[in-house]
Amino acid sequence: MADGPVAEALLRRLEAGDGGLDSAELAAELGVEHQAVVGAVKSLQALGEIIEAELRSTKHWELTSEGQEIDREGSHEARVFHSVPPEGLPQSELMRLPSGKVGFSKAMSNKWIRVDKSAADGPRVFRAVDSVEDEVQRRLQLVRSGQAEKLGEKERSELKKRKLLTEVGSWRDRPFKSYNFSARGVLPDSGHLHPLLKVRTQFRQIFLEMGFTEMPTDNFIESSFWNFDALFQPQQHPARDQHDTFFLKDPAEALQLPMDYVHRVKRIHSHGGYGSQGYKYNWKLEEARKNLLRTHTTAASARALYRLAQKKPFTPAKYFSIDRVFRNETLDATHLAEFHQIEGVVADHGLTLGHLMGVLREFFTKLGITQLRFKPAYNPYTEPSMEVFSYHQGLKKWVEVGNSGVFRPEMLLPMGLPEKVSVIAWGLSLERPTMIKYNINNIRELVGHKVNLQMVYNSPLCRLDVEQGSPQTQETR
Amino acid sequence: MPTVSVKRDLLFQALGRTYTDEEFDELCFEFGLELDEITSEKEIISKEQGNEKAEGASDVILYKIDVPANRYDLLCLEGLVRGLQVFKERIKAPVYKRVMPNGEIQKLIVTEETAKIRPYAVAAVLRNIKFTKDRYDSFIELQEKLHQNICRKRALVAIGTHDLDTLSGPFTYTAKRPSDIKFKPLNKTKEYTACELMNIYKTDNHLKHYLHIIENKPLYPIIYDSNGVVLSMPPIINGNHSKITVNTRNVFIECTGTDFTKAKIVLDIIVTMFSEYCENQFTVEAAEVVFPNGKSHTFPELTYRKEMVRAELINKKVGIRETPENIAKLLTRMFLKSEVIGDGNQIEIEIPPTRADVIHACDIVEDAAIAYGYNNIQMALPKTYTIANQCSQEDIADKLGLDISATNAVHISNPKTAEFQVARTTLLPGILKTIAANRKMPLPLKLFEISDIVVKDSSRDVGARNYRHLCAVYYNKNPGFEIIHGLLDRIMQLLDVPPGEKKRGYMIKTSEGPAFFPGRCAEVFARGQSIGKLGVLHPDVITKFELNMPCSALEINIEPFL
Repeated sequence: MADGPVAEALLRRLEAGDGGLDSAELAAELGVEHQAVVGAVKSLQALGEIIEAELRSTKHWELTSEGQEIDREGSHEARVFHSVPPEGLPQSELMRLPSGKVGFSKAMSNKWIRVDKSAADGPRVFRAVDSVEDEVQRRLQLVRSGQAEKLGEKERSELKKRKLLTEVGSWRDRPFKSYNFSARGVLPDSGHLHPLLKVRTQFRQIFLEMGFTEMPTDNFIESSFWNFDALFQPQQHPARDQHDTFFLKDPAEALQLPMDYVHRVKRIHSHGGYGSQGYKYNWKLEEARKNLLRTHTTAASARALYRLAQKKPFTPAKYFSIDRVFRNETLDATHLAEFHQIEGVVADHGLTLGHLMGVLREFFTKLGITQLRFKPAYNPYTEPSMEVFSYHQGLKKWVEVGNSGVFRPEMLLPMGLPEKVSVIAWGLSLERPTMIKYNINNIRELVGHKVNLQMVYNSPLCRLDVEQGSPQTQETR
Repeated sequence: MPTVSVKRDLLFQALGRTYTDEEFDELCFEFGLELDEITSEKEIISKEQGNEKAEGASDVILYKIDVPANRYDLLCLEGLVRGLQVFKERIKAPVYKRVMPNGEIQKLIVTEETAKIRPYAVAAVLRNIKFTKDRYDSFIELQEKLHQNICRKRALVAIGTHDLDTLSGPFTYTAKRPSDIKFKPLNKTKEYTACELMNIYKTDNHLKHYLHIIENKPLYPIIYDSNGVVLSMPPIINGNHSKITVNTRNVFIECTGTDFTKAKIVLDIIVTMFSEYCENQFTVEAAEVVFPNGKSHTFPELTYRKEMVRAELINKKVGIRETPENIAKLLTRMFLKSEVIGDGNQIEIEIPPTRADVIHACDIVEDAAIAYGYNNIQMALPKTYTIANQCSQEDIADKLGLDISATNAVHISNPKTAEFQVARTTLLPGILKTIAANRKMPLPLKLFEISDIVVKDSSRDVGARNYRHLCAVYYNKNPGFEIIHGLLDRIMQLLDVPPGEKKRGYMIKTSEGPAFFPGRCAEVFARGQSIGKLGVLHPDVITKFELNMPCSALEINIEPFL
């Protein structure tokens, strides 16, 4: 330990004397740098309750050049006093002296001199007292001799105000121990947003930039009707099984359904219509009334499109939503019973599959995903349907990044939308891009109460269009 | 999405060429399939049960292919090959024909007892079929795939296939009391009553999943031949007597169910797929089903339906510009034989019995797009002009004066775990659990969550609604009420809600609540209504969440400020 001998000497002296030691004096006595003594004190302090130290600061004062002149020749007012002979002096002559202007007013306010304005050759200055004590000069002399501390705070600041004295930046020329720039700084107090919130904000931003309006999604509880039937998803569809969907015990059934529309939906399922064969089965209202935890936000899209269909004449619309959905999944490292779904919908006359792909290209480009490929797929409520794949540089393969399609006429026409209106839509989960973005392998570390708060504290800002730093730089925090 | 597992070499042999894995993957992608996994029986067993068990298992390479859930015609090797060969224009789609037998037609008589349990039945015969081991395995596997998918685990439809030469028609489909049913079931050596069978199969890993379909019914469905031999007790098990083998030449197929449409589709799929191996390829011998009302129907239906679609519609929906002739070609490649008729813009499309998924013109549009190649379609941006709005301005008038503290929880009927029986009505427990799971983190912990909670509300169509809540917890060595209180003040400052009792302002008043320490709880009022509580949590609450420091919390409904 470099401080060893100094620390030892320090301890010995402390033991011998009482009343403590001055580090600066000790440094002088030992003939070492002051910083070495400070270092020794710090390392002894770090060991625990061995020594006590308090910080004392000393200030150093110096005379300004004007102050030095006064120290030599006396204050301006004293010089004025001494230049006035007993018979007096014309004021105009006095003013011409070097200290005249400053000294005159000070000497006046000190009542050392007086002015006779009635004298024949103009105002004349006379001594008002026999002798004066040049207090200013005396104080400056004290400072010069290094006894500035003998002056009161008020007196010093008065001299400072008159620019006769300056406080010397005593550390300006002192040597310091060099900083360890490879050490970490102290983190400021701050809040931390959960990564899902950060990624969500980015997605919302992208939709808003693209002119999409946010749909209300504030109903986790949905009827089977809006969640499935309205989407032309038949009542025997496996997704409507207890194994896939959480149904409700209380409130078990929806209280109201738009019955006119319900009848049109019933007809399309059981008998077909609007150019469709239908599914040809016995559609049951009881099944449609069953309440559930919504399995997708497409239920909210169906409600939004139904509202849109009631507005005449038809106005084109672009909608989006990002909210929670619930599935009775087998839980594992990448699946939870609830997750967030991101969904975008465009309704307009004459939309094509090419339009869907064009919108998807813009959307994914904003996410920083440019290499896209589309695969035919099957969804009960879209036809044509396409899965969106992107080339993953890290994995060196095509991975699915979303699902999309054109809503079936069997879904749109019973709502009352005009026949020529097409509705294109796509969806993806919020958790998956977040896990990829923040290198999280276990979804339980991201979502739910087992969330790793350290990960939340450390996670960087989310910029979806910028490639994430390597996992290494994240873990070293 | 169903996964079909086929032997690679057998597949290539049937396709008449070989592919690299990448090439085959590419072909699948284009056609809407997914080559999910390349494996072998040995690999599967060793993965599931360890290397030792895999000893001696076959290491023939298997392709596991994901098939879209509506394409029942691709659920077996035969269908996959036919679909791909037609897609690649290597063969023409076969025409499936129903023929009358030379002798007497096989009859299945349905009695009225079946009405209450499983009223529908259809049947057909595959005559002079030639199985091999692989074909036979595929035949059994297809039935299993159909059972798992379109048949909804046999609830809607159940399939029975029998060696016709061991039976003598006409057959009777009826329903009887379980104690009155006795037969030797498939792969058993003695007879059991239906009651006994239901008991035996409770421990059968495969069959136990189907028992519930008839278990509690007074009568069980059963099919006999004219000599009283049991063909099957649908949807559970076939009789052993009529069991088919690799050597079976004539197969009697019956499908029973609760959904007539699906029973007909299932029968059509089985016979179209396997009539390939009949002496007269792609012909199926008809069978007659006599329903209780005396009417008889002949099956399989094998209906070919004609649809007319204008070429312009397909071009418009896909966003391409192809001639009607080209579009007809594209559709023909998708097993939809098409030709241009009329004014030259009209396309007549023939929907074969294998394509029950085609129910609307939009299904035809999709097939044209797939054949054209999704990735060849020119991308375009819609000219849809819209102005974006964020969703936060809801009409809040009706929310005023609502008592949000009412814990009218919504209950799940099929919860996955004990922790997930109700939709949450408060955010506080979630945060406390989060703290408990993060006790290693340095103090203080200051956590917040803004999320929706759910309560019952009979004014909503579904009888429940969400409320947006804000919850914050301060967890440290001291309770820190002033910190949580300060947070409330800051939130209100940001929401421009001034302190004070005035109509627009907020205030807190002494209150109590089971979660809070007595005397350390206050209710928050804002804009004239109670919006929540804040205070120091009760030690009992803290202990229950396995925490050991005092903590203070705030939970308010923020809907009035949205």
